[in-house]
Amino acid sequence: MTSTTALTDEAVQAGPPVTLPPRRRRLPPARIVGQVLLYALLIVIAIIYIFPFLVQVSTSFKTDAEATSDAVSLIPSTVTFAAYERLFTRSDFPLWFANSAVVTVLVTLGRVFFVSLAGYALARLRFRGRTVIFAMVVAVMAVPTVVLLIPKFLVLNQLGMYDSYAGMIIPLLVDAAGVFIMKNFFESIPPSVEEQARIDGAGAFRIFWSIVLPMARPALVTIVILSFQGSWNELSHFIVSTQSPELTTLTKGVAGLASGQLSQGNQYPLKLAAAAIMTIPVAVLFFIFQKRIMNTSEGAVKG
Amino acid sequence: MTATVHTPRRAGSRGGLRRGEGVAGWLFTLPIIVILGLFLFVPVLMALWVSFSDWSGRGSPLSSNVSFVGLQNYAAITTDGGLPERNFGLALRNNAWYVLLVVPLQTALSLFLAVLVSRAALRGRGFFRTAFYFPSVTSSVAITVLWLFLFSTTGVVNEVLSWIGLNGPNWFNEPRGILHLALAGLGVDAAPQSLASGSFLGVTWWDWLAGPSVAMTALILMAVFTTSGTFMLLFIAALQNIGGELSEAAMMDGANGWQRFWRITLPQLRPTLFTVITLGLIGCWQVFDQIYTGTQGAPGKTTMTPAYLSYTSAFTDQQWGIGAAISFILFLIIIVFTIFQRWVLRERAVSRRRRRPYEQAIAAAASRRAAS
Repeated sequence: MTSTTALTDEAVQAGPPVTLPPRRRRLPPARIVGQVLLYALLIVIAIIYIFPFLVQVSTSFKTDAEATSDAVSLIPSTVTFAAYERLFTRSDFPLWFANSAVVTVLVTLGRVFFVSLAGYALARLRFRGRTVIFAMVVAVMAVPTVVLLIPKFLVLNQLGMYDSYAGMIIPLLVDAAGVFIMKNFFESIPPSVEEQARIDGAGAFRIFWSIVLPMARPALVTIVILSFQGSWNELSHFIVSTQSPELTTLTKGVAGLASGQLSQGNQYPLKLAAAAIMTIPVAVLFFIFQKRIMNTSEGAVKG
Repeated sequence: MTATVHTPRRAGSRGGLRRGEGVAGWLFTLPIIVILGLFLFVPVLMALWVSFSDWSGRGSPLSSNVSFVGLQNYAAITTDGGLPERNFGLALRNNAWYVLLVVPLQTALSLFLAVLVSRAALRGRGFFRTAFYFPSVTSSVAITVLWLFLFSTTGVVNEVLSWIGLNGPNWFNEPRGILHLALAGLGVDAAPQSLASGSFLGVTWWDWLAGPSVAMTALILMAVFTTSGTFMLLFIAALQNIGGELSEAAMMDGANGWQRFWRITLPQLRPTLFTVITLGLIGCWQVFDQIYTGTQGAPGKTTMTPAYLSYTSAFTDQQWGIGAAISFILFLIIIVFTIFQRWVLRERAVSRRRRRPYEQAIAAAASRRAAS
């Protein structure tokens, strides 16, 4: 009850005295119960959100039999690395991983460059057609990716890019939402920054590359996160742009695993190990940039 | 092309400093114009042509032996009464139930989580936000693999259910709809005459009203699980934006927490609420990865979605015209929601400065969703 009196004293000093006496004396115990309930609720929800991933990791170290007989336990009765051994030594998994890595790195680099270049032009340079181009970007943002499955295959096929790295990478190099984000960011930088350089005779690309781009780090980080996550997790584009086993990415390979291409029986440890490994890169990225991701609205503008 | 010639001269007459901006502007935007044009605009036109053609998948769809068949492909999936029509009807039904359940659930849950973790004095706020958001960063493939395990017959969900004496279903092998199951529980086993006789798109009214199958319900739960974090961030941003002044004023006037939420906070969140609902509506019609990875439309075609059906029609059954026609109808459905959203958001009387960070968050959320 000490906390009750303390709270009341504080309230008396701070709040308007008129409504206080009947109201505040009843509140504190209720508030304590409320706090306990709030934390209990939060913890229960957090467990529901985290538990599946813990089970995933622990199951990947179980034997097939135990994964089926005791799915819930977090500590395997016999720890086995069989699933990982199988993935890395007797499957195409390393190849899938390498393909995903190559595609993700190239797509991310390309996107950062092209998207910021276009965003800068649309925000700052005055040229005819600017409004039209921006309208096109906004319109394109509305085109849902799943309806492009057949269309993309048709064009890649027509261009002779089907089943090649080029066909996997180039269509992903541009992201309309990214252009939009960068344009917004560049508009928030005061134009005076570039004026001086322009007076000194620097060309548009020079100004962009050595003056504006370094200032855009916070927005670029947003683009890096979105592109990395987007291309690492991409599935449908690789389904329609490739066919040969050598070009299989992690998402496509693991999706095949899930539907039973490599396995007889359930083989849950093997599948969950594969899924766990493919989650690691995006998880690492997430924890590195956690603050920024969690503050999408503030970070992107204020930096 | 004329613009490249004109602009420098025009700019040049205005002053030497801005010389060359016209050329630079086009050069800087050229990569995105080419790539978006080549891999978004042209493909859509080509697919539009295929949806009106009899192309069988061999050779180029633009070659001379492919002919125009008018609305034949569209008729096959809407009026012909054959298998394609029934498949399309089933796919629409499945996805409609998916939308009907996922959108309200994910919106309510993400708002609820955002309000919980936005409390002023909350310890471990960062931990809770991270925990709720983490499922959103994982790929749909990885999460589907996990879900197949969690909801398998001997999986975690059924084991937890058995602790409280419940016998969990055989989730991913159970084609019966949950409304049919509920009715069966009440003793209604067969369709009433009125619902069994009529049908739409080759599916009887009774089957339209089956509800999502048990298998689809597991996927619905998965969608809610993976998207609630993303939308929670949008709501958190909006809650920060509106600040606490009004709410505090209401508290002084004696409004309790419940009243403050419904009367003060929620009305101010209306634009965000609307955004989350429409982004949900747009995203929920695009279910593909989960089906490709997990169920391939089974059991009993009850997890078939238009996106997946268009893929299998084209790539598996080689009925490219039908596949393309399905994706255009899907396109129409999605675009209607998108245009509606943009139209409503444009009406908002908010200053540009205030709107910008907000639009940013939406663009990021949209892009992230498209990715996952």
